Amino acid sequence: MTQATTQAAPSTAVSAAAARTRWLQDNGVYVAVGVLLLFNAVFTANFLTVGNFTTQLVQAAPVLIVALGMALVIGTEGVDLSVGAVMALAAAIIPLYLGAGWLMAITMALVVGVLAGAFNGFLVAKVGIQPIVATLALLVGGRGLALVIANGQLVQLRDPTFLSLGTDDVFGIPISVLIAGVLALVIAAVTNRTTFGRQLVAIGGNRKAATLAGLPVTRVLIGVYAITGVLAAIAGVLATSRLAASDPADMGLLMELSAITAVVVGGTPLTGGKVRVLGTVFGVILMQLVRATLIKHNLPDSIAQMIQAAIIVAAVYVARERR
Amino acid sequence: MPTDMPSTPVIEVAGVTKTFAGVRALSDVDFTLQRGEIHALVGENGAGKSTLIKVLTGIHTTDAGRVTRNGNISTIYQEVNLVPLMSVSANMFLGREPRNRFGLIDRARRDADAAELLRGYGITADVSSPLGTLAVGEQQMVALARAVDANADVVIMDEPTSSLEPREVETLLGVVRKLHEQGIAIIYVSHRMDELYRICDTVTVLRDGVNVHSGPLKELPRIELVSLMLGRSVKEIESHGTTAFGEDHHADAEPVLQATGLTSRPRIDGVSVTIRPGEVVGLAGLLGSGRTETAKAIIGALPVDGGTVLVAGNPVARTVKASTRAGISMLAEDRKTEGIIPNLSVRENIVLAALPRLSRFGVTSRSKQDRIVDAFIKRLRIKVSSPEQKVAELSGGNQQKVLLARWLCTEPKILLLDEPTRGIDVGAKAEVQALIDELAREGLAVLLISSELDELLDGADRLVVLRDGSVAGELEGDQLTREHVLKAIAAEVTDDSGDHAGSPQHSR
Repeated sequence: MTQATTQAAPSTAVSAAAARTRWLQDNGVYVAVGVLLLFNAVFTANFLTVGNFTTQLVQAAPVLIVALGMALVIGTEGVDLSVGAVMALAAAIIPLYLGAGWLMAITMALVVGVLAGAFNGFLVAKVGIQPIVATLALLVGGRGLALVIANGQLVQLRDPTFLSLGTDDVFGIPISVLIAGVLALVIAAVTNRTTFGRQLVAIGGNRKAATLAGLPVTRVLIGVYAITGVLAAIAGVLATSRLAASDPADMGLLMELSAITAVVVGGTPLTGGKVRVLGTVFGVILMQLVRATLIKHNLPDSIAQMIQAAIIVAAVYVARERR
Repeated sequence: MPTDMPSTPVIEVAGVTKTFAGVRALSDVDFTLQRGEIHALVGENGAGKSTLIKVLTGIHTTDAGRVTRNGNISTIYQEVNLVPLMSVSANMFLGREPRNRFGLIDRARRDADAAELLRGYGITADVSSPLGTLAVGEQQMVALARAVDANADVVIMDEPTSSLEPREVETLLGVVRKLHEQGIAIIYVSHRMDELYRICDTVTVLRDGVNVHSGPLKELPRIELVSLMLGRSVKEIESHGTTAFGEDHHADAEPVLQATGLTSRPRIDGVSVTIRPGEVVGLAGLLGSGRTETAKAIIGALPVDGGTVLVAGNPVARTVKASTRAGISMLAEDRKTEGIIPNLSVRENIVLAALPRLSRFGVTSRSKQDRIVDAFIKRLRIKVSSPEQKVAELSGGNQQKVLLARWLCTEPKILLLDEPTRGIDVGAKAEVQALIDELAREGLAVLLISSELDELLDGADRLVVLRDGSVAGELEGDQLTREHVLKAIAAEVTDDSGDHAGSPQHSR
């Protein structure tokens, strides 16, 4: 027995408003990116150039890679605060193995990412700790471990093949952007076309029902966190290569917040049960464009942060009325 | 027992009507609570008990009628409404803490007072430990002590014993009697017949929002009370097919499901159920008798203290995954929280449990899904604009059919149906009933849980009657009449087959 809050009379007006809200939830992020592009085309000098776009995309690539994993975790009604720390761990691992070749270094970094993610998944799915607390442990401990591994020092990297990851391009597209784009396609396919992806969404939508339906809830959850871990490690590798140095102290700092912001702005609800991959891509692009626009108009970074906050509030406000 | 009963009732309700979204939860209800009496309030799910309680306590306003209160009312809910992380004594005096001369909380006095008060209720636990560390029964006792100490004239207890151990029940009933001696009036909501008859003076029976009976409890035979709750006259025995079930199903084969001695204290104790292929076994009993828990224990969704489940003679591990693989599926009672995945489409909700089978190397196959989904939408006549419609937009009956389709997709051998027709319209109900019949004829073993006696009597080949978490009897053939079921539920059966029947309920 629930109490009715609205009567039948104004229902047409209500449903029209609801339809508008839903449209805004689904398409708001695309509209915002379009509006911002239009604004810059008119008011910002040298904005619509290949060089500028390349720069923006290269800057956004690591955030996008991390945000893809975050979208999956949030789709299961969870969150992963440890992604920045996992990036730092990956950065700390690379100089240790770079002597054995760039392939070895990258492989080890990714292995550490998978292990870190699986550890998060284990805490969440098996031990039953709330995701925010479970991953907070690694947020704090992971970076500490990274600093221990690196002896707290910044290490210059000289392996030319490894460094080319951050500087080279294929047909004019920087490698990191290419990797981010391919990963976005892969994650979209995993989410929409695989058993794993659909089970993930079902678990986020109604965990009790998913359990009663005999879905492998534990396995899927551990898998989701492991994927998020490996994506964070990939982002850490790319960012390290671009920096030409391993810097565990600063690598991926506050990355978890940027990723969550992009996912939420992209229309994936924090309540789970829905993953929007294209929305997440545009969420990342939107936040990147906002910062670029403000910087080009000589507004300080502090103002940019406040405007980002306003966008987040607006996105959550729009998402609020979803039913 | 106070002999000088004052003439003014402590609560008087006259002609109260309450409507929610066009549905009448209470219509023209009269209810009188005398000072110092223990008044049983009974009725099945949705009869209006909770609404009446909320009207009494003033949480709900009434659409019509008059409510007169001549005293403080305190309600003890099933789930204790206190702060689990605060200490017992802090909970006892929450909002009315004793102060010292600096105006600060006098912890020493608070702890001492709480300890002394609680001793009167048989609680000797450390009052400075967090409330959450106490057993549920003790927590309830703390809530009770708090209510009484806050000068309540009326205490409303909503299913206070539903999660208690037998020993705790005894303590609680003792406390209730003590309150009674102090002249406090009690409204006691419970489905446990034995408790009601042991402590209550008067009874009010609600059914479909109407007060169908108020009067002294002792003069009302148990069977009479049960039939009042379920809305069936005891004499009205002749069966006329009001439901869409067909005639009997054939069942001579070896049992496909043998569940033995399922125990999960305090909800169920030693429940055994066997079902043969093609047989529909009904699970009867009042609300809280352990019907849902039995089904959940069979499929492994309820941790059990004991018991085994054999499917076609082979033991099955007590997990949902193992049970599903062995061919058991369960349609949960609560469609919203345990059934549908609201964000997903009808198609995705149907294929959910069978997804691995409809995939290759982990990649889902749309064509396979579409074929099976189309088939089930046609067969079950699910009304959808398209298979891609969100399941949350469907009516209750169609959601139920989607869930049935989900389980049928997995090609189960055993289907556990918990209230499959609750909350769906008459047309859909008949369709679902006919479908259950059809499935059984095709050889499926079905366990049917229903609060509707007609549905059970017409639909089931055999009935297992539960009372207070144990099997109170098994009925078959000629015994499948309302009278027999009511007698078994009311524990007045002089049984000739059941082994548990008639045994005293808290013998342990």
